[in-house]
Amino acid sequence: MLEKANVKVLDKVVVRFSGDSGDGMQLAGNIFTNVSAGVGNQVSTFPDYPAEIRAPQGSLSGVSGFQVSVGTGVHTPGDQADVLIAMNPAALKQNVKFLKSGGVIIVDIDSFKESDLKKALFETDQPFKELGITAQVVEVPITSMTKAALAESGLDNKSVLKCRNIFALGLVCWLFDRPLESALQHLKNKFAKKPAIYEANAKVIQAGYDYGHNIHASVSTYRIESEAAMPGVYTDINGNTATAWGLIMASEKSGRPLFLGSYPITPATDILHELAKRKDLGVKACQMEDEIAGVCSAIGASFAGNLAVTSTSGPGLALKSEGIGLAVMAELPLVVIDVQRGGPSTGLPTKTEQTDLLQALYGRNGESPLAVVAPASPTDCFTMAFEACRIAIEHMTPVVLLTDAFIGNGSSAWRVPEADEYPEIRPHYVPEELKGTWKAYMRDEESKVRYWAIPGTEGFAHRLGGLEKDYTTGAISTDAVNHEKMVYTRKEKVERIANDIPALEVACDADADTLLVGWGGTYGHLYTAAEEMCKAGKKVAFAHFRYINPLPANTAEVLARYKRVIVAELNTGQFADYLQAKFPGVKIERINKVQGQPFLVSEIIDGVTKIMEG
Amino acid sequence: MEEVKYTAANYKSDQSVRWCPGCGDHAILNSLHKAMATVGVAPHMTAVISGIGCSSRLPYYMNTYGFHTIHGRAAAIATGFKVANPEMTVWQISGDGDGLAIGGNHFIHAVRRNIDINMLLLNNKIYGLTKGQYSPTSDRGFVSKSSPYGTTEDPFIPAELVFGARGNFFARSIDVELATTQEVMVAAAQHKGASVVEILQNCVIFNNGIHNCITDKEYRADRTIHLRHGEKMVFGKDGEKGLVQDGFLLKAVEIGKDGYTIDDVLVHDAHCQSNFLHQQLAMMDGKELPLAVGVIRDVEALTYNEEIDKQVAEVKAKKGFGSLRDMILAGETWEVK
Repeated sequence: MLEKANVKVLDKVVVRFSGDSGDGMQLAGNIFTNVSAGVGNQVSTFPDYPAEIRAPQGSLSGVSGFQVSVGTGVHTPGDQADVLIAMNPAALKQNVKFLKSGGVIIVDIDSFKESDLKKALFETDQPFKELGITAQVVEVPITSMTKAALAESGLDNKSVLKCRNIFALGLVCWLFDRPLESALQHLKNKFAKKPAIYEANAKVIQAGYDYGHNIHASVSTYRIESEAAMPGVYTDINGNTATAWGLIMASEKSGRPLFLGSYPITPATDILHELAKRKDLGVKACQMEDEIAGVCSAIGASFAGNLAVTSTSGPGLALKSEGIGLAVMAELPLVVIDVQRGGPSTGLPTKTEQTDLLQALYGRNGESPLAVVAPASPTDCFTMAFEACRIAIEHMTPVVLLTDAFIGNGSSAWRVPEADEYPEIRPHYVPEELKGTWKAYMRDEESKVRYWAIPGTEGFAHRLGGLEKDYTTGAISTDAVNHEKMVYTRKEKVERIANDIPALEVACDADADTLLVGWGGTYGHLYTAAEEMCKAGKKVAFAHFRYINPLPANTAEVLARYKRVIVAELNTGQFADYLQAKFPGVKIERINKVQGQPFLVSEIIDGVTKIMEG
Repeated sequence: MEEVKYTAANYKSDQSVRWCPGCGDHAILNSLHKAMATVGVAPHMTAVISGIGCSSRLPYYMNTYGFHTIHGRAAAIATGFKVANPEMTVWQISGDGDGLAIGGNHFIHAVRRNIDINMLLLNNKIYGLTKGQYSPTSDRGFVSKSSPYGTTEDPFIPAELVFGARGNFFARSIDVELATTQEVMVAAAQHKGASVVEILQNCVIFNNGIHNCITDKEYRADRTIHLRHGEKMVFGKDGEKGLVQDGFLLKAVEIGKDGYTIDDVLVHDAHCQSNFLHQQLAMMDGKELPLAVGVIRDVEALTYNEEIDKQVAEVKAKKGFGSLRDMILAGETWEVK
């Protein structure tokens, strides 16, 4: 069908859909992602949406974007797009900076009338010239073609216009040679309860596809390479869903029922949504009256014997601090999920940052150590949510899981794990033979972990509380020496988790002089940067931390191997400070960005190169 | 199988009680031990959860599962506990500061949700543990260390909050009336849903005698009325007084005087769905009308925890997934061979 002369073969391409926040760009982007994943491409997405639910139509503040990279060797949604779809002038203006040189812009030319230009604050009637665009612009009458396709559908004008995004999707499917059958299946699922809307969209996507076919002489099409993936069943998953599912897996593997106490907050709410649906798997998800009640109900559930979780974002974590301190003191398992967003205060609710690290580590009164882990990617949210639960239950401690808006909303193709792929989690239950002699704060001397007695068990009734307890009897104690002993015991307990987590691994060129270091959700960009530098002959090693407290046991040894250690993170240097305090002998350089946006690979390469060149 | 009988001693822990001598909490603790024995739920099937304050020390004196938590949060913690482990009988202990100031939000929402817990509110109208500041139940003009010229704010009336939050169980007692306290505690435990029991408690150090104008033996019979479901609303030393309906309001009358007979005296209906009269009874303050003790409202309603369990059972049966993997495989997937 495609003429060879016009086909570009690429490892990966980046497509950015942009339009009004009501234009359905997220849906079009998601379907394109799923269809691509279905043909065996790796995918990575970045929904970039405004905090306003419906800003004025056509305005700059109401622009919603969805960027996706598909192909092979895909670890990020890409720095810049090969193809930009702009549904109106505001979308064009806001997104043209994300276009690669040599990229192609597709616009709905029907939406570029004088009034539309005005809404987007253009000063002339030549928007492309005004923006200095030299790229190829394909002007497509998307609105009128959509209307024409649905002229006999009987739908009202508003419903017809809602299908514009699917016309654009059809065009993009043609451009990248995506199978329409698969896209139709996704639309069918999406509109399962609205057959008339499905029929309309099916017609429109075909119209978009056919339109592309008819104009193909004027634009290149692409063939994207796929590589053999590990055999198995795959699904497309975003980080927040992966987090929710990782918790459920941990519940299955530990035999403890899953409880979520939460309160809606962007960008973490999707975890609550998913777990609320999972009553079908026995999950109890309670939307509480505030953030504090979210963590407190979880602490109550933990005391009662459940795998207890609370989910939030930065401002909510601040509100939960006192409750988390209680869980530290009572030595109860608790998983606290912080999907980080731009701060301080309300900050940038829909944007990404890594600025809650120090809050997670230290944001409580008193000496209150806890474990902190941070997933590296959307799919890694599953693994690290599972790990957070495992550590919490086996080590009787609160664990903070630090994800962020970028990986929480971003998605990738994910292989569904086999039933036996994840290990059993062994709750630190009080042994039956201790009946009669057991005290609430008795602990395993090796791990310093106290035992868990589930309420309802005869012979193990006990009292916990936020007051300091005697090391031996578990009764309230204000004894000075005992307090210090308890402080160090709680600290030691968390530090000994290091014996129970994987070692830090070094990727790319392990023999280099320079080690690039990252943590959490920046993995994809940092790994890609290090890999590209190595390919270009610049020697760089790369180490990525997913276990933040305690650090992997070999951290000091790894850092000591390199002349230069560069920590790159989306804050002003919190992890770098943390490492520097722990390893004062290591000279740590920094690359920082605090714009509410993920790194660009090019920014990392430039930053590392600059430091290497001194 | 023979039913296990428990005595008050089965619910007492070995910890020495550290409240001030003469504190009203001692009597309330004793009443609770006895009430639990009457209810007959095993100590290991009972949990007592408190916040912070003098009264919140109570869990340490129980031989049950217990949790002395943080200021104001007991209701939220107890809610999570009950949802997670619904087989347990849950008691939540708060003072007026803990429950109605810092914990006011959790208090009203626990009542609104109708979570099946027994909430004891020990009201001494003062902050005792921080040594004498006014509380949200202190009367306007009350002089304390933090209100040296008297407060400039009106108090909460706990019952009013409970009714405002659509509560289905409210009872009241006085610390020195051990039998009444036991009676209302047992009724609270037997009620399914959020049961609020307000106990007027005397702080012997910082607010001694705050309830005296009602609780003093000399006139307690005239200034309080013990309400019992199905019984006439009579009070006074010899039951010579009664409550009658007077237009939209209640009125205290002497039976046999001014043309009022015992037939005019209202019969208490704690189970009436409408809370209109319950509110009026609960708002009586011992001045014009006697302060009501006993179970004022006790109405069955759907509970939060049972409805969650029901929904879980229904959805599980409908979807029939055996595991997370089953659920995922039923969604949109593709296979790589």
